[in-house]
Amino acid sequence: MTASRYVYAIGRAPDPTNLAGLVGIDGAEVHPIAHREQVAVVSAAPSDEAALRARLERLDELAVVAEAHHAVVAAVATQTVVVPFRLATIYTDEHRVRELLRQRYDEFEALLDRLAGTVEVGVKLYVEDRSPALATPSTSGRAYLQQLSQRHLRRDQEWQHAAAAVELIDAALGAHALDRSHHRPQPAQLSGATGDNVLNAAYLVPTGKVTEFTDLAERLVLAEPALRVEVTGPWAPYSFTEPDRGDRP
Amino acid sequence: MTRAVSARNVALVDVLDRLLEGGVVLTGDLTLAIADVDLVQISLRALICSVEADRDGATGSRP
Repeated sequence: MTASRYVYAIGRAPDPTNLAGLVGIDGAEVHPIAHREQVAVVSAAPSDEAALRARLERLDELAVVAEAHHAVVAAVATQTVVVPFRLATIYTDEHRVRELLRQRYDEFEALLDRLAGTVEVGVKLYVEDRSPALATPSTSGRAYLQQLSQRHLRRDQEWQHAAAAVELIDAALGAHALDRSHHRPQPAQLSGATGDNVLNAAYLVPTGKVTEFTDLAERLVLAEPALRVEVTGPWAPYSFTEPDRGDRP
Repeated sequence: MTRAVSARNVALVDVLDRLLEGGVVLTGDLTLAIADVDLVQISLRALICSVEADRDGATGSRP
């Protein structure tokens, strides 16, 4: 058993017994480390740091570690407000975690206050290529070329229109959210999705407004035939853990 | 009141966006070095390796 501790999140004093039975990375038992009304949710860290680092370089292993981390955060988030930590945050021992809680108490309080009663909703917009297949050049070569150039023009126009629509939808959703954050568009090899991912955003939404927000996203996209939407979550507020960023919508 | 935040049926790619780009980042002498690693870079290397492995698998060159 290793002394080092993997930190999943800071929460606001859930009943520690509620963590009973919860397991994290490599099946390690999750336990709380409390300071005043704040609780660090931790487990024993994998003992071999170099091995862990190597595992994170392999997608299948990265997936196992990420899913274990996410499962703990999600379980705690059903009980109390949480400030999730980034993957693979490891302290040398419990004493260091207590020190962290003491030193950053005010900062975590401010974050917990801000995130209480909220969840994160993910919205991904894709541009679908809807150009019809070119007709076989049955008439003349010239007519075919004309058709080809019209098709390029149409596609350019569609892209421009879609880009403007994406901006408007993002702004409209931002106006209905407490905060928003943009992730990088997802590569199709990793997501397996069709179309080009042109917006990969997260919005901080009051817990009671998730359905309303999801409906709004779907309604806005319905008016844009070139766009497809994927709504994910609700998530623990992973994308909103920076101290006040001052760029809220 | 609290709506359940489910860990099920979530796509890995969406989890990685959040765990590698979001979340509190703490660096410095309190932590082991792993938290200082640029995890986004790691995920990209992992992705590239997995895509290459798929390609190798498709051509039957896997040992």
